[in-house]
Amino acid sequence: MIRSLRPLSLAALLVAAIALMAGCAKQSNEIVIGEYGSLTGTTATFGISSKNGIELYLDNLNAAGGIGGTKVKVIVEDDQSKPEEAATAVNKLVDQDGVIAVLGEVASSRSMAAAPICQQSGVPMISPSSTNPKVTEIGDYIFRVCFIDPFQGQMIAKFAKEKLGLTKAAVFRDIKNDYSVGLASYFTDAYHALGGTIVADAAYSEGDQDFKAQLTVIKSKKPQVLIVPGYYTEVGLIARQAREMGLDVPMVGGDGWVSDKLIEIGQDALNGCYHVNHYWEEDPNPAIQKFVTEYKSRYNAKPDGLAALAYDAAGVLTSALDRLRTEDPAAFKALLGPRNDAQKAARAKLRDRIASTKDYPGVTGRITLDAARNAVKPAVFVGIKNGKYEFVAAVEP
Amino acid sequence: MQELFQQLANGIAWGSIYALIALGYTMVYGILRLINFAHGDVYMVGAFAAYYLAIATGAGGAAASLPMALLVLLGSMLVCALVGMLIEFLAYRPVRRSSRLTALITAIGVSLFLENVGLRVFGADPKFFPQLIPPKRITLAGGIMVTNHQITVVVVSILLMVALTLFIQRTKTGKAMRAVAFHRDAASLMGIPVNRIITITFAIGSALAAAAGVLVGLTNPKIEPLMGIMPGIKAFVAAVLGGIGSIPGAVIGGLVMGVSEYLVVGYVSSTYRDAIAFVILILVLLIRPAGLLGRNVAEKV
Amino acid sequence: MSPRKSSFARGLLWVAAALALSLGVDRLAVQWINPYFYRILVLCGLNVMLALSLNLVNGITGQFSIGHAGFMAVGAYASAAFTVYAVPQLFGVGPDASGLVIVGPLLLALLVGGLTSAAAGFLVGLPSMRLRGDYLAIVTLGFGEIIRVVILNIDAVGGARGFAGIPRRTDLAWVIAGALTTWVVLRNVLRSYHGRAFLAIREDEIAAEALGVPTTRYKVTAFVIAAFFAGVAGALFAHYTYLHTNSFTFMKSIEVIVMVVLGGMGSLLGSVLGATVLTALPEALRFASSERLIIYSLLLIVLMIARPQGILGKTEGKRGK
Repeated sequence: MIRSLRPLSLAALLVAAIALMAGCAKQSNEIVIGEYGSLTGTTATFGISSKNGIELYLDNLNAAGGIGGTKVKVIVEDDQSKPEEAATAVNKLVDQDGVIAVLGEVASSRSMAAAPICQQSGVPMISPSSTNPKVTEIGDYIFRVCFIDPFQGQMIAKFAKEKLGLTKAAVFRDIKNDYSVGLASYFTDAYHALGGTIVADAAYSEGDQDFKAQLTVIKSKKPQVLIVPGYYTEVGLIARQAREMGLDVPMVGGDGWVSDKLIEIGQDALNGCYHVNHYWEEDPNPAIQKFVTEYKSRYNAKPDGLAALAYDAAGVLTSALDRLRTEDPAAFKALLGPRNDAQKAARAKLRDRIASTKDYPGVTGRITLDAARNAVKPAVFVGIKNGKYEFVAAVEP
Repeated sequence: MQELFQQLANGIAWGSIYALIALGYTMVYGILRLINFAHGDVYMVGAFAAYYLAIATGAGGAAASLPMALLVLLGSMLVCALVGMLIEFLAYRPVRRSSRLTALITAIGVSLFLENVGLRVFGADPKFFPQLIPPKRITLAGGIMVTNHQITVVVVSILLMVALTLFIQRTKTGKAMRAVAFHRDAASLMGIPVNRIITITFAIGSALAAAAGVLVGLTNPKIEPLMGIMPGIKAFVAAVLGGIGSIPGAVIGGLVMGVSEYLVVGYVSSTYRDAIAFVILILVLLIRPAGLLGRNVAEKV
Repeated sequence: MSPRKSSFARGLLWVAAALALSLGVDRLAVQWINPYFYRILVLCGLNVMLALSLNLVNGITGQFSIGHAGFMAVGAYASAAFTVYAVPQLFGVGPDASGLVIVGPLLLALLVGGLTSAAAGFLVGLPSMRLRGDYLAIVTLGFGEIIRVVILNIDAVGGARGFAGIPRRTDLAWVIAGALTTWVVLRNVLRSYHGRAFLAIREDEIAAEALGVPTTRYKVTAFVIAAFFAGVAGALFAHYTYLHTNSFTFMKSIEVIVMVVLGGMGSLLGSVLGATVLTALPEALRFASSERLIIYSLLLIVLMIARPQGILGKTEGKRGK
């Protein structure tokens, strides 16, 4: 009997220790928001980019005095690139840390795991870059500041068929990535509707190094354009290997191509290719340049689309908070207080302010949230020539 | 038809890399009866060692040249030989007399350790190998397109494999390695310094893995800390397919794995690219566990 | 009362007590601790079930199974598909139902998950007939991966997008009941004649075979039982959260192995301890999450070198030695 008491008491001690570490919800003079992202794990770069974007925005905001004098504090939790960890992380943020809003995540699978928790607890959640339409369908407390894949797919189809005038396409999707799979189907449907033909449909998996087997099959079907709705890491390699094999048609892709590493990987193979972007980093708009310069000097890297979207997500949230402060100061004050019914009602009002975001001037474009809580933004198409980006077109929805 | 030959050509180039990694597996298994789970991660370390060496010596891009490329290759082989010897000494030697399950778990532990230290030290985002040799398209007979990189991979692999075979068959140390693989205790009674031989085996195996890492960096320049997991497992399957403990077997196994992977991805579906390796493994183990060139060793009671 | 009747009555009493305990703890937990801790307790209970079941194969029967996450996945997806597609048809219980009416369907879903997983366990156990040690390990790893890839390709359960919309029916009561059941069943198996057969296979398979123990049958049975409980754990997990195959990778299998090894292979109590510690500790050490895996791997290596029997060692089954 004594034997079995030892481990049980050990376990009890552990639980007690954790309980001790838990504080109860506190009254403070700061707005506390939560952020969850993949800071470690297979998609660590997404989480780190987003974290940087949010951090940059909030630090600037706090330096300028915060929201009418109230500073904003962000608690960051890592989800290790795993969906169930995303749920646990958000549980901690919402229940343990008592945050009044949550920013996250990039990957739709992780947003989908965490969103129900936010919805149920009445804590607004803004995803910077999850593009799967299902994310915001989870409930009215869930928002996003990027466009969704049905829109993006349609835009790519239009671009390929009408702007480039190419009627025979091959689609090469990343089967392990719900973003890519979704985008590929939306493209396919739209392209067919416009009268184009899909001559080949192949798949690869995130993390693959070698695509020659599929490219060989694609080449034999003689497409005029190759649509690759995947992430930049594989896209660069696909371009190189395609050229190595003599497949020289232009490639078109979605916002997954966005990264300062894209050209580093793909180099000359990407000349004559196009992709969708959320923002154009060489856009002479001073606000965008300011963002790019600050990010570069602070993090030693050019901000990618994810960092820019995260920056805007933080902006949309804080501007909604600011509007709440001016329109309903009592509710704003309740957000600073403990977790009680007054705060819950205040969070509902915050939700309403977020939902009414209109023409917010973000670095990724003017953001307006529609009735489905998705962002209505133009899609920017950029082309690559001589190893450099050039702006091609901005397509309004 | 041309498409099929193209797939075969690509498969052979890719399979040579598996063969190089498989050689290390087969040698270590022959001597220690241990699946060195960490071998795939040594391959990863080799690729990164070459990456940092190339950057440090400025060997890529504009300054690309053959001597510099060779320097990078040899440098990373040396680094990995040291890493391999260290792993053997610190992690495997203490469990050499323990049960197989213990040794296997230790190997898994080492593998995880290398991967996660790699993630911490190198960062999770993929790095891009500088171009040690400028790429060129070459068209072979029948319209098959390959690159000079692929040809390099095959040639270098063949050279290394021949060198290894000569070493094992013609030198005294090689003979000692064969003796230890055959019967460790008897070899030690004959005066063979078993510990030293095992260390040398690890060193050579790891160096070959490093070479594979460099060659992969050449053809598929994206490297990241988790890149060794799948190739490691596939190379193990290659070693089993060819007959574990058999060097020519590892080579044949590697080529078969490479070609079958290409055929499956090209003609069936790319999602089964990794699964095919396991299917081959299960088939081999159920039908002919000794592999293509191995001998069936009865278990002593 | 005859001895038979009284032990049956006693058994019934224990079951009632266990149910009362599960429900009681759950009600208390819902009242007194916040949902974050509640979640940790749920995950802890699930990990206990996984560790205990893996222990049967690795610790008690001495086989090498490193694809346990695959069984969990099978149970999770099978039960989720059952609840989402079949239950509304068969019982008219839709996703918004709650209260007593969901008990039956959930129990059925758990059974569906467990049995499907057991079938998978049977398939995976079969090669153990001809394979030893390291080879079997790689084959189990392979099965884990194949299962994951196959599920990834089934669009009806979401594929790469994951399976959302599974009604949340699991709560701490179910998990505790599940963990208790797993514990009791395995403890009884271990104490029985069959338990000795499993241990004999671990100690010396050839001798056991020579002495008439049908080793293959027992090895496969170990896999089947272990897979069943892993499948039930997976089913409970599925009815708690959103499903994605990324939750069932090789890393998950490794985490369960670490729990079993840390607690002590062959010791059921050790598995409970290992699972609890390794679920609670990472939460407490959230700030060190990037070092977590480095610590795990070092832990594995050091344990194997210094104390391969883990914390509680091979205390069960080694009596009289």
